[in-house]
This record gives sequence, structure tokens and C-alpha cells, in this order.
Amino acid sequence: MIRSLPRGRGYSWSFNAFIILYFMFLFAPLVVTCVLAFNNSDFPSLPWQGFSLDWFAARGPERIGLFHDDQILRSLLTSLQTAVCVSLLSVAVGTCASFLFEKENFRFKGVLYLLMLAPLVIPGVILGISLLLASNSAGAFLDETFGLDFAVFRPSFWLVVLGQFSFITTFVTLVVSARLRKFDPSLEEAALNLGATQFGVIRHVTLKFLRPALIGAGAVAFLMSFENFNTTLFLVGSEPTLPVNLYLQVRDGSTPVINAVSLLLVVGTSLLALVNLYFTKRED
Amino acid sequence: MPRSRLVFWLFFAPVLLWLLLLIVLPHLDLLTMSFRGENDYGEMGWTLQNYRNFFTEPVYWLTFVRTALYALITTFITFLLAMPVAFYISKLARSRVRGALMILLLLPFWVSELVRVYGWMILLRESGVLNFVMLKLGLIDKPVEMLYNDAAMIMGLVYTSMLFMIVPLVSVMESLDDSLIEAAHDLGAGKIAIWRTIILPHCKPGITSGAIVVFMLALGNYLTPNLMGGKNSLWFTEQIYNQFIASFNWNQGSAFGFLLLALSSLIIWAGLKLTGQRLGEVAS
Repeated sequence: MIRSLPRGRGYSWSFNAFIILYFMFLFAPLVVTCVLAFNNSDFPSLPWQGFSLDWFAARGPERIGLFHDDQILRSLLTSLQTAVCVSLLSVAVGTCASFLFEKENFRFKGVLYLLMLAPLVIPGVILGISLLLASNSAGAFLDETFGLDFAVFRPSFWLVVLGQFSFITTFVTLVVSARLRKFDPSLEEAALNLGATQFGVIRHVTLKFLRPALIGAGAVAFLMSFENFNTTLFLVGSEPTLPVNLYLQVRDGSTPVINAVSLLLVVGTSLLALVNLYFTKRED
Repeated sequence: MPRSRLVFWLFFAPVLLWLLLLIVLPHLDLLTMSFRGENDYGEMGWTLQNYRNFFTEPVYWLTFVRTALYALITTFITFLLAMPVAFYISKLARSRVRGALMILLLLPFWVSELVRVYGWMILLRESGVLNFVMLKLGLIDKPVEMLYNDAAMIMGLVYTSMLFMIVPLVSVMESLDDSLIEAAHDLGAGKIAIWRTIILPHCKPGITSGAIVVFMLALGNYLTPNLMGGKNSLWFTEQIYNQFIASFNWNQGSAFGFLLLALSSLIIWAGLKLTGQRLGEVAS
């Protein structure tokens, strides 16, 4: 049954086989995608026609590699900018929220806490359309009453940032709160007794203690923002993010350039995830 | 420790702005929009027409029921698949292997969902890798279309939401004391009795939180049903998308969105009630 109990050979063997099959299932699509990025063929499929770097570096006119594909590069840049903005914003507000819920007491705290958890159970698509509606209403209202026109309220870069921020902040809050719960309040009291100001304490004592969690939460926020599709789909304007751009390309028929982008994403996100893991491990 | 009002408001204001402007107001807007529509003279007014359309057009409510049922099936399959994997990682694997397996498990999920779905598309489609291999091995005579049907879609949904079931299961199973299983074994309990009376009851919180997240992700998914499901396998989020982006009927789309939100909230609430847990506990 478990490690400390005697197990039949058939049981162990079939369990190991199951796990191996499971991991093959898990990695098959990724491995195939990455390998086919190097196939010297016009379609992302077998047979293998030889090794080629065309889908990364070709300059055209027949094949345009990833590094010369302006549309993809532009959407990659948009995604990176979005992810940076979202992670900075959500870490800032998420930290405020965890201080608020862990250290302060006020009326309706329970209600506000539930509201903070709500984005966990709201489907991303719904969040997207609600924000689209609300921003549209807000834009119309300002236009009618004050005659002002703000580009922010139309589907645009900043609307995407706000949309992703609205649910990623919840995850940041949960991560930071978990760390804040381990904080020993006597450290703060000692600093206050020694004459530190309230802001000084937060800056030099509490935030120092929280730093690993803040970095970890920031990395998670970055990845979540970078790969978000459902919410973003409804809020993008003329500058699609990478997942939205890739979706449009996949839907209309694909070339191996998508495999090349996928390979880049697999390598990039794995590296970021491993670095994050290394830091969280070291802290434990 | 006494805190100044200033510090409190510094934490409180951004959190309140976030929840009020990006969560509460947009969803209230969604609700009001869903009750508005044009009357026969083309004037905007309050109406139940959007909801009436939903119940009178079979294609709408059939898609709704189908989506809910398939999301439930997905959740159940994910649970069946995740249970043995979580059990292996927490109870059977050696501790060194355990860490490596956890990292391997997490990695694919940091990669964009689009890349994972794309990987399955080039594996399964008619000109795909799996067909090529089976043709070469002589298992089939002519290519079979394995993509664009309900089974492929459910498999895709299971694949994309797998992790959110395994992680909570692993963490509850690790907290299960091995000696309980050993004692049951020594007293003559069989495997089935151990699973039914010890392991499953202990894992209940993990199962609940995993099932809630998986169900919600499947219900609100747009990408996987859209790219892997067939022409006939409409997902409800696609109906919402069509109303918003293709038909530009935002009022009808809002009604659909609100119905989906109501359904997911209802099922999550029922799940929590059945297992006697609260959202706050499940989230942390």
C-alpha cells in the first residue's frame, strides 16, 4: 500500500508504469511542439525532412522566421509590457490587502475578505465582459456629462492591464498573506520601542521580512499575466498580446513559426519558474 | 499595537478601489445590462427579453446544459486521474524523487494554455503526428480525424486543468499520518477499506478545493473547446463571445454571462455546503 508496508510486485510495477504513462501524457504535446520547430517543412507535421533553423531565422520571402516576424515580435513586446505593469501593480495592491486583512480590524472585514476571494470563482470570460461593459459605460458617462473622451475606457493596453490586475491581485494577496502570518509581531514592537516611525517599521522590518514572498508573488503574477487569454480576449484593442495573436494564427491555419514561438515560451517560462522555485526553496 | 488612521487608510484605500471599481461595479453593470434591451420602437428599456430568449431558443439552453454537464464530467475524470498520481507522489515515491516529480508536474502548466492546446492539435489532427506514427506502424490504413470531437475536447480540458487538482491533493495527502494506514493494515483492513474509510475522508478538503477550481476553469474555458471541439460542440463561453464580438448584442451577451456566473456560483456553493467548508478555508 504505502512505502512502509509490503507491496506486491504486480502492484508496484503497474503503479510505476501508470506514473510513467502519465508523465508521457503530460509532456507529449510540449515535446512534439518543440521538436517540430526544427523540422525543415512548411507544415508543423511529420515526416521529418531534416534539421532547419528556418522557422527562427529565415528572412523571407517564402519563410519568415520568428526573429523577423514583426507581428509576433510586436505582440511579444506588448505581452512583456503588460506583464511588467500587472505584476508591479498587483504586488503593490496585494501587499496592501494582506496588511489590511492580517493586521487591521475594521467593520465588514469578513465581507471585504469574501469579495477579495471572489475573483477566484469568477470565470475569466465573465470578468472580461464585465470590465468591457463597465469601462464602456464609464466612457459613455464621462462623454455625455463632461464631454471628455478617455482612450483608457476603450479596449486598449491599459484596459488589459486592469483586467488582468483585477484577478491576479487576489493570488498575490494569498501568497503574501501566508508569509505575513509567519511574521513575529514582537519585531515590530521592538522597532517601535526603539523609536522607529510606523512607516519606518513597515519599510525596514516588515517589508524586508516579506521580500522573498513579494518576489515570488511578482514572478507568479508575471507568468499569469503573460499567459492569460480568457480575460484578455475581450479587452484587447489594436495591440494584441502574444497569446491572443497566436490564437488568431492557430485558428486560421498554422505554420511552424508557431512551434518556434512555443519553444521560446516553453524555455522562457521554465527558466523563470525554476529560478522562482530556487529562491523559494532557499528561503525555506 | 496602536496604528495610526493614516496607515490604515493607506492599506484600505487601494484595496477598496480595486474591489469596488474592478469587481463590484462591473458585475453590477453586467446584471443591469442583461435586463435592458430595445423594444419594438428601437428604444432602450427594462425587459426580460434576453432571459426569455435563453429559455425559448433550444440552442442556447442546450449549450448551457451541455457545458455544465461536460464541465462536471471533466472534473470527475480529472479527479480519477489525479488521485493515483497524488498518492504516488506523496506516499510511494522516495523523498528525492518526490521533489523532482513535483517540479516536472508544475512545469507544463507554467507554459501558456495556447501552447499546450496547440501541441495536442498537431498530435491529434488528421495530418498529425499520432496518425503518422500509426500509419507507419500499420495500425490503420488511412488517417483518422481524432481532433474536433467531444472526446478530444474533454481530454484537452482535463489536461489543462489537471494541476489544480493534483496540487491540493498532494498537500492534503502529505498531512495524512502513515501510521493510520499501517494500523489499519495491521488490523486486517483491505485496500478498498483503507481508501474508503481513511484516505478519502482525510482528503475531503483537498478534493473540494481541487474540484471547485477545475470545474470553474472548465466552465469558463474558451480556448480549448474552441480549438479542440468540433463544429457541433459549442461551449457556452463561445455563445457569449459570439453575442459580444460577432452579433454585437451586448445585452443578450450580458444575460448569458450572468447565467454562467450564477451557475458557477451555485455549483461552488453547493460543493462547499455538501462538504461543510467555507470559501476562506478552501482558498488558503
